[in-house]
Amino acid sequence: MDLNPRFRFAAFVVGPSNRLACTAAQAVAQSPGSAYNPLFIYGRSGLGKTHLLHAIGFGSIERQAGLPVVYLTLEEFVGQYHAAVAAGALDAFRRGLEETHVLLLDDVQFLAKHREMQAELLRLSEAMQREGRQLVLSSDRPPAEIGELDERLISRLAGGLLVDLAAPDFETRLAILRRKADERGIAFAPGVLEAVAEAGSGNVRELVGLVNRLSAFQAVSEAPLTPAGARALLFGDDADGAAAAATPPAAPDLPPLRETPPDEFAAFLSAVTRTVAQSVDAWKSRIGEAVMRWQGEGFRTTRLEGLLQQGAMPDVDEVLQSFDDDVQTLRALAAEAGALDPAAAGHARFRDPDRLAEARGFVQKLQEGLVPPPAPIATLGLDDYVVGAANEAVVRAARLVAHEPGRRYTPLFIAGPSGVGKTHLLHAIGNALVAGGAQIVACLGAQAFIEDLLAALEAGNVESWRRRYRRADAFLLDDVQLVAGKEQTQDELFNLFNVLAEAEKQLVFAADRLPAQLSGVAARLVTRFEGGLVVELAAPDRPMRERMVRRLLAAQGVSAEDDVVEYLAARPADSARAVQGLVNRALSAVGSAEGELTVATVRTAIEGRAPRASQAQAISALIPSGLDPTLGSREKLVWDWPEIGDRLVEDLR
Amino acid sequence: MSLVNFTTREITCKIVYYGPGRSGKTTNLQYIYGQVPEDRKGRMVSLATQTDRTLFFDFLPIDLGSISGFTTKIQLYTVPGQVYYNATRKLVLQGSDGVVFVADSQVRQLDENIESLQNLQANVLEHGIDVRTLPMVLQYNKQDLPPELILSVAELDEALNFRELRSFPADALHGAGVFETLKAVSADVLRKLSEGSQGGRRG
Repeated sequence: MDLNPRFRFAAFVVGPSNRLACTAAQAVAQSPGSAYNPLFIYGRSGLGKTHLLHAIGFGSIERQAGLPVVYLTLEEFVGQYHAAVAAGALDAFRRGLEETHVLLLDDVQFLAKHREMQAELLRLSEAMQREGRQLVLSSDRPPAEIGELDERLISRLAGGLLVDLAAPDFETRLAILRRKADERGIAFAPGVLEAVAEAGSGNVRELVGLVNRLSAFQAVSEAPLTPAGARALLFGDDADGAAAAATPPAAPDLPPLRETPPDEFAAFLSAVTRTVAQSVDAWKSRIGEAVMRWQGEGFRTTRLEGLLQQGAMPDVDEVLQSFDDDVQTLRALAAEAGALDPAAAGHARFRDPDRLAEARGFVQKLQEGLVPPPAPIATLGLDDYVVGAANEAVVRAARLVAHEPGRRYTPLFIAGPSGVGKTHLLHAIGNALVAGGAQIVACLGAQAFIEDLLAALEAGNVESWRRRYRRADAFLLDDVQLVAGKEQTQDELFNLFNVLAEAEKQLVFAADRLPAQLSGVAARLVTRFEGGLVVELAAPDRPMRERMVRRLLAAQGVSAEDDVVEYLAARPADSARAVQGLVNRALSAVGSAEGELTVATVRTAIEGRAPRASQAQAISALIPSGLDPTLGSREKLVWDWPEIGDRLVEDLR
Repeated sequence: MSLVNFTTREITCKIVYYGPGRSGKTTNLQYIYGQVPEDRKGRMVSLATQTDRTLFFDFLPIDLGSISGFTTKIQLYTVPGQVYYNATRKLVLQGSDGVVFVADSQVRQLDENIESLQNLQANVLEHGIDVRTLPMVLQYNKQDLPPELILSVAELDEALNFRELRSFPADALHGAGVFETLKAVSADVLRKLSEGSQGGRRG
């Protein structure tokens, strides 16, 4: 129903009987949702409840144009609810009302007949209060006296402000009569309205009816009405006796106005209520409400509480908005921290907007503390990888993997004996993935993986360890055979495998044997390894060894005759590592003898003609030469043997 | 001193009825007790001697229910008027938010009234409170007695009300002026709310 423009605060005659209700209504109109919510106005029929409801509506709109305000009688509310149910549009109906900023609901005493609507109203009032929307209700009796009203609804309605409209006293009645006469442009003889006010009803509507009758009579009579004449006209001849009984037939069901014994306590209570309403600053109430709300949600509100203690009014909207913003930031930070470490999210720093900076710093530290998993060695590229018949298929698979990570072959399982270039290939794939845009590529040996897990177990931050690897865009694990017998590592590897495979991340494994030959490794892992592409790296053949020698010599800036290269390539070597060993030894011979790289010097170096001391020196010179010291370890062991054994091993190769 | 707690939405205030012995402080509370609806009043605690003189203090809590969304409670106390109970008076005055000074209107009680008023000021000062900032009203009780026995309101104002506080003639036994007095002191106390208060109870 539309608001009636006649019902505004300016047109409401205020007297002691309705001052409290009017003050409360004005307070609500000034700041809907914050002053008294819900506001419940009750009083007998014809005392101005509907007028106040409309006035609140107009007042709110005047204060904030375009504010959604809805006035409904309970009957309309029920009707719309039923229509919405019938149309299957209950949600839309509810949403519509919940989005209303000021809902004015008249005649709620009829709720007694609608049990289902009580639940709906309870739900609605909870939703509106939560959102800070204003609910104003009127009834002819207080909530507790509305028959069969749900206890919860009673307590909710009584939880805001309950104000009653009492029957107007003589002065108010007179003021109403005068205003109505003025509105109609009728002047009555002195004493006429006083006489009517004295004898008239306490019902404002009836008073209006009396003015109407008097004005109608005066319009047709020649002589102006006298006070006695008015009394006679309205209440019969014997005005004194008949006044109370002769209430107009318009509202025959009204109880006659009677003098009630003075209720001193009630008067005291209403005086106190007025004082409180005047004294309690609205802004403090708003801040207080915010304090309650945020405390309820577990946030510290020291900042807001501090404002309550100061006298001066802050910019409440700004203060609340900034607090709200900080809370949202804290929530986001807590969520971020929770993703990194679930235990960290519950920390008190995420519950105190005054510790926002600290919370931010904490999350940053958490992020920084999350060291990325070991990355591939940058120097090992696919382009440096010598390709030959023995590894051609494998390298092709590696290139495809690098080209389409996570989709082509996952996992890629590279099997091959020690030293054939698995590690190089693994790191090369890793580097190719990095070059292809992968942010985090984990590339490490199984031993490092196991030790990392053990350290995390000892430190009690396995979760953090898991996240470290699960963030990876690709996971490449060397020497998988080493996880044999390590049950927990296998569990973690299994879970990591699933998480990454699920997220279509690339997985590459290398081992010295085929998956099926991995004894001590759980079948669930083995089958997963076999589920991708399993490729084998064989020992390098002679042309490959030749290319390797050339590349290794070139890498050291040494030019060699073909016969030297051929000699080195012809030496028995079952792996790339062995070829590298040969080249290193040849180079060391050149380095120590300061001679040229000839077949003779190389042969001397490799076939062992030099005295042991100089050879030992040569090895110590090898280590700082920039080559990976681990690559020379095998040769070092060999050189430590007696000369005869050395020769024997060399010949056996 | 804090009366209103915006976070728990509670208003609690403590009003002390002060005055010389037999001026009618307990009678005030008894009348109020009789008028408060059953569901609003707590048990009135009265520690009295055999001759019905207040031995320690009377205490009447009144629950005013929810006002403007605040759970509002008023606690009324009386002090023993007799001179030798000053320690008790001081104790009861502690943390009070407002005072009703109940004076005995009888001519022969004037000195006791003045003495009690001075005692009140001294005790309030001992609590570190400037008496001028403490909400206070005067009640001239027993105004129903024959005029020849009592001082008029004007005379009592002249003698006691040098601070020009609000004063109310009363007949506490029959209730006249009792609620007017309570209303006035409550209003003064509650108006002080706007001066800024929050947090826990006063000490």
